[in-house]
Amino acid sequence: MAARDGGVSCLRRTEMIGIGIGELESPPSDSDQVHVLAVDDSLVDRIVIERLLRITSCKVTAVDSGWRALQFLGLDDDKASVEFDRLKVDLIITDYCMPGMTGYELLKKIKESTSFREVPVVIMSSENVMTRIDRCLEEGAEDFLLKPVKLADVKRLRSYLTRDVKVSADGNKRKLVEDLSNFSSPVTTSPPPLSTSTSMESSESTRPSSPVGFISSSPESSTSPVDSPIRRREMKSLGLD
Amino acid sequence: MEKRQFRDYTISLYHQGFLDDQFTELKKLQDECSPDFVAEVVSLFFEDCEKLISNMARALDQTGNVDYKLVGSSVHQLKGSSSSVGAKRVKGLCVTLKECCDSQNYEGCVRCLQQVDIEYKSLKGKLQDLFNLEQQIVQAGGRIPQVDI
Repeated sequence: MAARDGGVSCLRRTEMIGIGIGELESPPSDSDQVHVLAVDDSLVDRIVIERLLRITSCKVTAVDSGWRALQFLGLDDDKASVEFDRLKVDLIITDYCMPGMTGYELLKKIKESTSFREVPVVIMSSENVMTRIDRCLEEGAEDFLLKPVKLADVKRLRSYLTRDVKVSADGNKRKLVEDLSNFSSPVTTSPPPLSTSTSMESSESTRPSSPVGFISSSPESSTSPVDSPIRRREMKSLGLD
Repeated sequence: MEKRQFRDYTISLYHQGFLDDQFTELKKLQDECSPDFVAEVVSLFFEDCEKLISNMARALDQTGNVDYKLVGSSVHQLKGSSSSVGAKRVKGLCVTLKECCDSQNYEGCVRCLQQVDIEYKSLKGKLQDLFNLEQQIVQAGGRIPQVDI
């Protein structure tokens, strides 16, 4: 079905186009560009998230279901996906409530895979349900965004992603993702102090490369000891666990 | 002059609760490369409205055998997309409709759905007027003013 080289991702994109799934990015011209896989069953939301990501200089592949996402990643069968070594996905952002496969189920499948378990997965939801957020973070989600998603939210994601890619050898990146799965304080994207997020946006340049642990509150880090994103801090200080 | 009209009209739409700051967020995503982004998104939204409302109406028509799960999932979708485009009143009515659906309040659902229908059509007309004003400004060689709400 697929050529066993970099062409395979192009083939799958063509397949996607053939069945009329969302918009797809053009063939990679800059391998340093962040590539995001966006998953949402709502066309309106897909268009918006895609635009949000493109405006922050990401390449975007947008699909309309968890199954399509797995197809794109080559995880839809049980074969070891050796040939997908070159499929570069830097971030997966998915809606939680989707018919068929939920974002949570997709998250689990990604974290179970060998090829993509280190890719950060961000969950989006219109509902601010603590148990849902906790569940996702425990399963290894990087972050949880409350819909409607705003430019500031995407910029925030973008900023820690870039840093991740720049700073880390693979070892560090693995550690970051692994460690963050221990992190359980919920995050939301509708902070009451809207100005805070924008001001944080400019002053917050990094996330810690080691976690804010479940129990402990001070990350041990060789990078600047900036706390995790503003909303986590807010949530913690409000004691809203 | 069109610019003042545009400004005033925009402000009134926010003040009267038709639009909320998510609409502002969408405007941020519009630029010279994507000058029609907002119009395109809201147009998709209105198509969504039509389709989902029609689905719900059909479900509610099956008196005695209403599929409230279907109504519930449709209104959830509509609530989501209205939220994503900043259609504040539509979203609010979806919340009410969802409550009626959750409590299987048939009369409430029917009434609410009618209101959602009226509301989205009203918004559609108003946004069309707004886009027309924008067009007039652009065609007269002007730039669309930034409106601070």
